[in-house]
Amino acid sequence: MKWLLVVALAALLALPAVLSSYALTIFILIFFYGFLGQAWNIVGGYAGQLSAGHAAFVGVGGYTATMLATSAGLTPWLGMFVGAALAGLLGAIIGYLGFRFGLRGFYFVLLTVAFAEICRVAVSNIDALGGPLGLYITFTGDPRQFQFQDARVYYYIALALMLVATLVAWAIGRRRFGIYLAAIREDETAAEASGVNAFKYKMLAMVVSSFLTGLGGTFYAFYLFSLQPGSLFGIPLSVEIIIRPIVGGAGTLAGPILGSFILTPLAEVSRLYLGGGGLHGAHLIAYGVLLIAVVLFLPEGAYPRLRRALQRSRRP
Amino acid sequence: MTPLLEARGLSRSFGGLRAVAGLDLTVALGEMLGLIGPNGAGKTTVFNLLSGFLAPDGGDVRFNGRSIVGLPPHAICRLGLARTFQITRPFARMTVLENVRVGALARHPQTPEALGRAREVVERVGLGARAGVAATALTIAERKRLELARALATEPALLLLDEVMAGLNPTEVEAIIRLIRDVHASGIAVVLIEHNMRAVMTLSHRIVALSFGEKIAEGAPADVANHPKVIEAYLGDEYVRAAPA
Amino acid sequence: MDLTLVLQGLVSGLLFGGVYSLMAVGLTLIFGVMRVVNFAHGDMMVWGMYLAYVLAARAGVDPYLSFVVCAGALFVLGLIVQRGLVDRIIAAPHEMQILLMLGVALVLENVALMAFGPEPTRVRSALGGAALWLGPVFVDVARLVTFAVAVALTIGLSLFLDRTDAGRMIRAVADNTYGALVIGADARRVYAVAFGVGAACVGAAGALVSPILPFQPSTGLSLSVTSFNIVIIGGMGSLTGAFIGGLLVSVAESLGAVFLKPSLKELMSFSLLILILLVRPAGLFGRRAL
Repeated sequence: MKWLLVVALAALLALPAVLSSYALTIFILIFFYGFLGQAWNIVGGYAGQLSAGHAAFVGVGGYTATMLATSAGLTPWLGMFVGAALAGLLGAIIGYLGFRFGLRGFYFVLLTVAFAEICRVAVSNIDALGGPLGLYITFTGDPRQFQFQDARVYYYIALALMLVATLVAWAIGRRRFGIYLAAIREDETAAEASGVNAFKYKMLAMVVSSFLTGLGGTFYAFYLFSLQPGSLFGIPLSVEIIIRPIVGGAGTLAGPILGSFILTPLAEVSRLYLGGGGLHGAHLIAYGVLLIAVVLFLPEGAYPRLRRALQRSRRP
Repeated sequence: MTPLLEARGLSRSFGGLRAVAGLDLTVALGEMLGLIGPNGAGKTTVFNLLSGFLAPDGGDVRFNGRSIVGLPPHAICRLGLARTFQITRPFARMTVLENVRVGALARHPQTPEALGRAREVVERVGLGARAGVAATALTIAERKRLELARALATEPALLLLDEVMAGLNPTEVEAIIRLIRDVHASGIAVVLIEHNMRAVMTLSHRIVALSFGEKIAEGAPADVANHPKVIEAYLGDEYVRAAPA
Repeated sequence: MDLTLVLQGLVSGLLFGGVYSLMAVGLTLIFGVMRVVNFAHGDMMVWGMYLAYVLAARAGVDPYLSFVVCAGALFVLGLIVQRGLVDRIIAAPHEMQILLMLGVALVLENVALMAFGPEPTRVRSALGGAALWLGPVFVDVARLVTFAVAVALTIGLSLFLDRTDAGRMIRAVADNTYGALVIGADARRVYAVAFGVGAACVGAAGALVSPILPFQPSTGLSLSVTSFNIVIIGGMGSLTGAFIGGLLVSVAESLGAVFLKPSLKELMSFSLLILILLVRPAGLFGRRAL
């Protein structure tokens, strides 16, 4: 198994040499959404706290880094961490309100959606942040400003982000932190009775998750060179974030990555063939259908099912 | 000698219903106390109050001399008071071993150590052969053992067992009685909520009987069993008159 | 502060509230009976609106007549969603239900987007534009009729639940599913009818509101949020609560628009939701904890 990972990693590292620029873009998106999905996985999959407003953290991270770069000249390499810290703070606030007040399941989902929408509307109405039209970043190609002429650099950064998030999730999973999160997900009351401080661990998961997601905001901003409140805080992005881990397997390490490898090319293809003008919503319909299908037929996600199938085929 | 657990004037109401009213309860170190009473007498409520899942409206609970009212359940667990649930609550998608490991992590933060401890506990309760089985695949008797094992793994000084024999056949009951005796013999105090009278009588040093949230009798098993109020609570007052003097 | 303006806001809000009430009543019915939160509620209502639009544009039917058809169509949609989808996961953990309804919401919203485009629309009604003076206050006839019909439908629903056998069966299942099964209730059928009726409510509400409110596919989300707001204030599972809550929230929004920028209306709505989520009465929490 370990060998497989090493080979896969080596392949991914070598890939840019042979990929077309279009294929490169697809991989960048696969890694980026895989990263966001893995970050979400920590609180949504491992801890089982369904957040449907994670786009808010992307938005906070991206807008912060962009504003610091354009008005204070702070390099995004540092601004990234300021943005992530603020995203983590927002995560702490949402987590505190949600967990202190005992909001679970549907109520917690609503809370996260409400916060994301409030951010979106608020930012839309603040002219200093670009209002509804958003912010634009002038292209300079300067690496100190997190801009690169060569798309391959973005590839490696996105890959690095995905690996970092996966490493964090892995580290959490094998320690008490991760086991406690799993217990909370299974039965919070029983976990409490077994000595688990549910509030503390849920908060930690939320802060780690939102911090990481905030980092992604900077990448988003400086890869696309523009930020709109609708795209950065809105529900469509939140859906993009959660659908990959859910399809791939929430609460597993490989789930978000597998999900991204499955869904991202699919989304791009549908955008290509059905996109253009009013058919912009087509891939979201596919997402909706997929969500329904996963819930009905594959509730644990693709990865656990795959793993079981592989185990069965290995037995004599 | 300070009792291990001391509840004084414990009260709790739900809306207009008084579930527990002014209860005094003590448990000495290493004691085995039986808590009996008809359905709705407030026994599980008492457990919820003691373990921090419910806040009392009045009264105090002292564990090892220290007041634990207002502490969250996980903190009370860490102080050494563990409980099981009447309807078992296993971590469904974990194996038996993983379930117990969660409990063990309370005392052994390092995962490998916790796993080792969990293995010991799993063996001790007799689930060794089923250690790798998912909790959902267990029989009721096995689930009860799992519930007990998980609580045991937190290394409590006092264990609250809520109807751990409910739903078990006579063989299984015998087996779990032996297990409880074994647990008790290692120095852990136990409070047992049970409807199985024979089991409660044989196991307990002392019994407390509740009815409608109030203590109606307390003492040695035989005394409590023949107490007119207890008979009345379970069977109605006609049986009190019929009872041998 | 101009008192007439405030009074105007109050009256408009109250009249619009009839629709909110109908919408909330539908959601509460679904939740009360099945403990399923219909995340697609707002999007279903938007479909009611678009259906009214199509009927008006293609068949020339006034929404104040076509609401019956819209209610019927949404009833069928509700039945399909419940029987085909929700029924299969009725015993699954709540997260699964949430994700399922989210999926349904996504499909509904984006099919509407593909079919009708993202631009806001409104439906023309014969009553459009006509207005009355009620004392110092200016009242849209359309709004008045909307209110009247919405209230009538809500009362009708309440009578249905109270007086008919089918209605009583629904209430029995909502109250105590096992007990109802013991007396022979077909729970699945009841669920289907309840979901259907709940969807029919927003089908009608959508049609009734289509001449008054400009709408687009994305309106679904804010309507869903408003529905949740109302139902949580009024008490999940309480029909009277949903009714009164609808009027209250509508008046609050209307007065809010009088005093604040219209684009901030959404802000108010979401902030209110957060406040309610944090402060909601203990009884709701007790129920949900099961």
